[in-house]
Amino acid sequence: MALDTIDSAAKRGVLAVQEYVLLSSRAVSDIFRRPFYRDDIYMQADIIGVGSLPIVILTGFFLGGVLALQSASTLQQFGAAAFTGQLVSFSMIKEIGPVVTALMVSGRNASGMASELGSMMVTEQIDAMRALGTDPLKKLVMPRIVATVVMLFFLVIISDAVGIAGGGFVSVFLLGQDASQYFHTCYQSLEYPDILQGLVKPIFFGFIIATIGCFYGMKTRGGTQGVGRSTTQAVVWSSILIITTDFMISRFMIGIFGR
Amino acid sequence: MNQGANGSTPPPLASVEPVVVFDDVSIGFEQKPVLENISFQVRAGEMRILLGPAGVGKSVLLKMTNGLLRPDSGRIFVFGKEISAMHEQDLFELRGAIGTVFQEGALFDSLDVRDNVGYRLMEEHLPDDQVTARAAEALRFVEMEPAIDRFPSELSGGMRRRVAIARAIVTNPKLILYDSPTGGLDPITSTTIIELVMKQRDVSHTSSIVVTHRIQDAFVLAMHHFNRTTNQMELLPPHQTDPNTSFLMLHQGRLVFDGTTKELVHSSDPFIKEYIS
Repeated sequence: MALDTIDSAAKRGVLAVQEYVLLSSRAVSDIFRRPFYRDDIYMQADIIGVGSLPIVILTGFFLGGVLALQSASTLQQFGAAAFTGQLVSFSMIKEIGPVVTALMVSGRNASGMASELGSMMVTEQIDAMRALGTDPLKKLVMPRIVATVVMLFFLVIISDAVGIAGGGFVSVFLLGQDASQYFHTCYQSLEYPDILQGLVKPIFFGFIIATIGCFYGMKTRGGTQGVGRSTTQAVVWSSILIITTDFMISRFMIGIFGR
Repeated sequence: MNQGANGSTPPPLASVEPVVVFDDVSIGFEQKPVLENISFQVRAGEMRILLGPAGVGKSVLLKMTNGLLRPDSGRIFVFGKEISAMHEQDLFELRGAIGTVFQEGALFDSLDVRDNVGYRLMEEHLPDDQVTARAAEALRFVEMEPAIDRFPSELSGGMRRRVAIARAIVTNPKLILYDSPTGGLDPITSTTIIELVMKQRDVSHTSSIVVTHRIQDAFVLAMHHFNRTTNQMELLPPHQTDPNTSFLMLHQGRLVFDGTTKELVHSSDPFIKEYIS
């Protein structure tokens, strides 16, 4: 009995991975196939990118601030408070900026995609779309992937910049550090691999957010309760995958560039 | 729709190639058979009314007809093409010639009535004014033109169903699939919807499969015809039924009846007798 349960759970897991890979690969290949839903991409870019801007700015600013606050007090014990800027910029650009921005966007948009597509699924709107001769993967999933990948890339850059500014604000106005010194240490210690690491991550994270959100939306069954379940699973799994992928990319990049 | 405006007459059924052919089709879900060894045909201009108790697989059969579901075994031909062997990408094109009316209408709730009805035309990149004109024409057919700017959430159940019919007929499809078009509606609204289904049959002579579990709707379709002059349905003379309308009945996953109205009424099968009584 227990073995049967494990067996069926394993089969369900493998099937889910197979369906996810199929959905993602078909949606990606749709980028290169006509018709190209340009208007839908712009609309999604507005919803995902512009819509997420306030939360990304707010979280970025305060994260940078709290990083400066915490690291300055530790660094002060070693007489190295002057390196606050370096620590903030390193942390923001390589790790916290991409990961926290992705988690915020995931919470806002992966759930939104899962609930929107899930509602369409349970009310047969997706079937109606297919019956009307439109490929839902091309019309609904592909624009969301393109928009999320592109917009998350820029959101992370904004978050990094605002985070460093937040750290600067705290360092200068609360900790009484020198502004010039803070900003100099911020960029002087940065090297191209650090920037590259920070810019590669949002591409993967954006892909994860959009594909997981759409995947759970498209496999929604069971009415409004099913929509709720899909929304939760989309946020949970995209968050887990973002953090797991972050570790793997970091390990890979450190392996290549040595930092 | 346009054909009706020209007043064309239906082609003789026996002389034309079947529009839909089910050949020994079976399908199941999670290892449970739902439909087994289903075989039937729909010819041009013919209306097949698919009867059966709730949950017997009527909607599944309809979804297989336009390729939304694929059979586990057997073959399905639509317009002479084997859709059960076609790639999903090729099916999208074929579905352009099939109109589908879903159980609850399945209108896109974020689009207004004009965009819902004109959806397919917009996908074909027709100019805006043409989309509006053709959507208005289809809505006029279902007497819903005044609602062109409204959203589905602002419409009643019956109105949504009429808009769904308009969406299905806007491209003048050769085949229409109606999935319980009167399900969950009050008797008066149901009659209005049945009248529209009949109007499409008798004015445009479109082939169709009508899924229903309401026997009264099925008999109204079989025993009435649509009078274009009075713009109303009329009862056919006694002992006369519509020659283009015939029945299919599903029971426990199998096709237990395939025949005319008279054959259905005089069937000696205990299940059929009980169902239609």
